[in-house]
Amino acid sequence: MKNENLINGVLHIADTVLILGQRNAAWCAHGPILEQDIAITNITLDLIGQARNFYQYAALLINEADNKNETEDTLAFLRTERDFKNLLICELPNGDWAQTILRQFFFSSFQQLMYQEMIKSSDNQIAAIAAKSIKETNYHVKWSSEWVIRLGDGTDESNQRMKNAIEYLWQYTGEFFIAAEYEIIDVAALKNDWLEKVKSIFDEATLSIPENTFMQTGGKTGVHTEHLGFILPEMQSLQRNFPGAEW
Amino acid sequence: MNIQIKKFYYGDIPEENTGGTGNTEKSSGELSWPLWEVFIRSKQGLDHKHAGSLRAADAQMAVENARDVYTRRQEGVSIWVVESKHVHASNPDDAEMFYEPASDKIYRHPTFYDLPDELKHM
Amino acid sequence: MSVIDLEKAFQDKIDAEIKIEPKDWMPEAYRKTNLRQISQHAHSEIVGMLPEGNWISRAPSLKRKAILIAKVQDEAGHGLYLYSAAETLGTSRDQMVEDLNSGKAKYSSIFNYPTLTWADMGAVGWLVDGAAILNQVMLCRTSYGPYARAMVRICKEESFHQRQGFESLLVLSKGTQAQRDMCQDAINRWWWPSLMMFGPKDSESTNSDQSIKWKIKRKTNDELRQQFVDMIVEQVKLLGMTLPDPNLKWNEERKHYDFGEINWEEFWNVVKGNGPCNKQRLAARNKAHDEGAWVRAAALAYAEKRKNRLKTKAA
Repeated sequence: MKNENLINGVLHIADTVLILGQRNAAWCAHGPILEQDIAITNITLDLIGQARNFYQYAALLINEADNKNETEDTLAFLRTERDFKNLLICELPNGDWAQTILRQFFFSSFQQLMYQEMIKSSDNQIAAIAAKSIKETNYHVKWSSEWVIRLGDGTDESNQRMKNAIEYLWQYTGEFFIAAEYEIIDVAALKNDWLEKVKSIFDEATLSIPENTFMQTGGKTGVHTEHLGFILPEMQSLQRNFPGAEW
Repeated sequence: MNIQIKKFYYGDIPEENTGGTGNTEKSSGELSWPLWEVFIRSKQGLDHKHAGSLRAADAQMAVENARDVYTRRQEGVSIWVVESKHVHASNPDDAEMFYEPASDKIYRHPTFYDLPDELKHM
Repeated sequence: MSVIDLEKAFQDKIDAEIKIEPKDWMPEAYRKTNLRQISQHAHSEIVGMLPEGNWISRAPSLKRKAILIAKVQDEAGHGLYLYSAAETLGTSRDQMVEDLNSGKAKYSSIFNYPTLTWADMGAVGWLVDGAAILNQVMLCRTSYGPYARAMVRICKEESFHQRQGFESLLVLSKGTQAQRDMCQDAINRWWWPSLMMFGPKDSESTNSDQSIKWKIKRKTNDELRQQFVDMIVEQVKLLGMTLPDPNLKWNEERKHYDFGEINWEEFWNVVKGNGPCNKQRLAARNKAHDEGAWVRAAALAYAEKRKNRLKTKAA
């Protein structure tokens, strides 16, 4: 198929931000305090907006290459577990506020570097979506960094919860930097900057990076954790139950 | 009827709820985040205007919370926050002596002066 | 000034349409009535996030998902504006939240009904928000300044809620048979609870007279309810759907629609805690609050540490 790698690369990002948005959305109405309920929901809305932009572009490319009628919704709601190419870290359960915050920080810091590269893309669509998205992501990085510091250097309990979150999530960060064959940018090249960012925030938060951890992979090729098989049927239920209906 | 005359000297919020030296304790023993007043400049060239209040643990968080709570529909380009306990306000009991003496000084207003139509640019 | 003089001066201000501000003298009963009403209103916004939040993960398209999330988030904002307004009357938000979570404070009973299908999102937006807006538009002119200002802000944002609800039902009404059935079923289930939202009949409402005299409310429960019925009867025609009331018909003499008797037994049962979801709603609020306690404490502890560090640096 024409543009197959580009299409897969775009879908990979679309799936990633959609699934993280789907997870974060579960905080809406259940946050630790009203102001933060609103804050994380703003991030959720940004992520879903980004997902829509990437899916729309993917649909355009697929329809061009294959004479199909894909839309943002067919791509989000009618593909299955093995088709989804999202990063594993996004599909993990929210856990407590520490785990949600830390995941956001790890991911947004990576996404910020990723968009910085994508802005330079010769593909105008990619560059345009990245330019729009990075403004949102810069705020996500700021917001989540501050929370990492606040919780790391807050109470004994919050510090312990952050350590637990690091222990659980760290093994899913390696996947950021292992390139799939369709990757739009050179992700491996982002690793050092990302590590530096994490280290500087962790220093301030009195936290440390684990050593010699085995890294989980598979999301980029559709080999997921068991969690995705619960997320998709729930998310896709109406589209599956009422095929072809407009909403 | 049980009548209570209350006087509050600090802003819109009764002082026992402004966060005191930082925090108030509620009956469960948990400390509250301090209360902040939010002022938003809706566009360049206009004054900051009081938009409302919110809770935040510190000033930085208060600014961000204000961004998330009060500018979801592009209502602002600049935010000020001030902890509510720092707002000092006039007392409504003083309203007569504060504001009424200005009411008979109509000569402070430009329309007080009757000038010939031929006079331009004034 | 004696208390009698103060009360007279207060009523004169109300009659002259001068807003009451937090630091002005006010009768204790006025303060209490406003505090109760504003905090209940705030609680309703917060609990109201739950039945709709219930469908965020299953919204049928990305556009609908984004709209629904934005809407539920707006309700959090509205709750926050209202808690802020209520705080000016001398009770902290934390205290109000505690009263909600312990079951001591009330919130609108409508949110104790379950959202069973996607069409409920449309019906809630159209009927429930539609009913709420009539009340809220009236409250933009309420006599207590902070409440009126909060309502102005809320009304500006709220009109999007009702419109998206109706539009979402409109799409269903033009869809497949299954979608049309879903749409009618949701209207059938939400119609009567929406009418109950306006509260007991005027003849049985205890707070009404004084609230109107103080211009906290400007219309009675029955007046607002009638306004709602007249409005919805026309709108439902555009959907090609029906309202589940055989007694609904135009009364030429009154120039209003007559409608059937509300099931007041159901109303009082839900108010008293026996609605389908009373327990789940409170449990969800308590869970969020309790699980957030360590987060709130950590943020305070960190803020305190940082303040001290800055002091040490400065010294």
